[in-house]
Amino acid sequence: MTTAKNEHIVSSYEEELTLLAQMISEMGGMVEAAVTDATQALLKLDHPLAQATIARDKMIDEMQRRIDEKAVSMIARRQPMAADLRMIITSIHVANDLERVGDMAKQVSRRSLQIEGLSLAPKFYNGVKHMTTLILHQLQAALDAYAERNSAAAVAVCNSDDEIDALHTSLFRELLTYMMEDPRNITQCTHLLFCAKSLERVGDHATNIAEAAYYLDTGKHLSSAVEDLHRTQVKV
Amino acid sequence: MDMMAGKFAANVTPLEEGMSLSDHPIRLEARDVCVHYGAKQALYDVSIDIPDRAVTAFIGPSGCGKSTFLRCINRMNDTIEGARVTGRIALDGEDVYDRSLDVVELRARVGMVFQKPNPFPKSIFENVAYGPKIHGMVRNKAEAEEVVVSSLKRAGLFEEVKDRLHEPGTGLSGGQQQRLCIARAIATRPEVLLMDEPCSALDPIATAIIEELIDELRENFTIVIVTHSMQQAARVSQKTAFFHLGKLIEEGDTANIFTNPAKKQTQDYIMGRIG
Repeated sequence: MTTAKNEHIVSSYEEELTLLAQMISEMGGMVEAAVTDATQALLKLDHPLAQATIARDKMIDEMQRRIDEKAVSMIARRQPMAADLRMIITSIHVANDLERVGDMAKQVSRRSLQIEGLSLAPKFYNGVKHMTTLILHQLQAALDAYAERNSAAAVAVCNSDDEIDALHTSLFRELLTYMMEDPRNITQCTHLLFCAKSLERVGDHATNIAEAAYYLDTGKHLSSAVEDLHRTQVKV
Repeated sequence: MDMMAGKFAANVTPLEEGMSLSDHPIRLEARDVCVHYGAKQALYDVSIDIPDRAVTAFIGPSGCGKSTFLRCINRMNDTIEGARVTGRIALDGEDVYDRSLDVVELRARVGMVFQKPNPFPKSIFENVAYGPKIHGMVRNKAEAEEVVVSSLKRAGLFEEVKDRLHEPGTGLSGGQQQRLCIARAIATRPEVLLMDEPCSALDPIATAIIEELIDELRENFTIVIVTHSMQQAARVSQKTAFFHLGKLIEEGDTANIFTNPAKKQTQDYIMGRIG
């Protein structure tokens, strides 16, 4: 179902709905930047960037609190219905997922601080780089689908999550191989394993955001079959 | 004590939230109902099924035809000069516009509660006993008392008025007067209860009490309510029908109508946008 293009009779309500959508977009931007910086800090072992990313997480948490408060206040004062109600409810869900993605970025940054050296060893670099590119694309696509209320794009995001899971599994095996080859790799590889898991979780949250976008657009929940896609586990 | 218990103790369970409306028996069936007031057409081809023992809400902007349609169900439009109703409305399969049907009897089977509480200028007791008396449902004072007490109890008013049953009904508060009107409407043991904006003249607490009462009454009655408050429709009904410019635009499970309506006009209306 297409979204109503007509404006609400009460213009202050319309303004609040627009503001809430803007807050979600702003938080999405903050979280995308956090993931970009965290992965960059990991790949380049850029410790100052990692520390700055960790420090910025508080702002993301604060943004989630503001979105929650705004949504609760709108439910209490406006008694939203239909697409407005779905927009407000999903904004709470999306803000929660974004906050968790922010935490993942913080965890990756913290891990990167534990890895010594001038940059990531070249043999590790490519696999991690590939995964970060895919994750960022997934997150952006999910946020776009939500902002545009595009259910077809949301389905595409959900369907591509298995690619990330497959990549995670492959990276897991690769890192295990390096550890078996040379025990001196164990410390770095263990940190990378945790980072890869965090990134894979970002993909799950992106899927949740896409599901919220689908619900927002259609008023229906994606089938459990699609939901199950992102629950795949690492197979060793 | 409760003389209505036998009559109402049917096998049908009231419609619960989450239960499919389509599984529920139909009490009222309207097909292609049109209403004209003189040359002006007020209602266009309305067809709808009203489920038994559930609350059906009619919503829509002023002048959309929801009250006009409600008034067709117990033939209240007959009293308006120049009003002409076509189509078919069947109560338990029986056409309510059948010439052989007694309108007075129909109105006993299909009770009505109006926007403004309108108790008779009589005692609380007489207000409730009046209907059963004129319909010959009670033979003596004891029977009348039984009906009055059970009706007031069902309307959730008995405890508040039991010591002053012979005082004027008009002396009660607005919310109590409305519950008295509900007690009066159910005293004739109707099958269907029509409510035309029953809470619009009441404060929020009195409204909440009436809404609670409506929820209890649906165990025994088929209720059709016209309301301007979408929140009220969302709170009390299991089925909602949206009217616009004399047409039935959409009808369905209340939860669906208010979260994901199928028609854009419905969505625009319930979201407060100009349709």
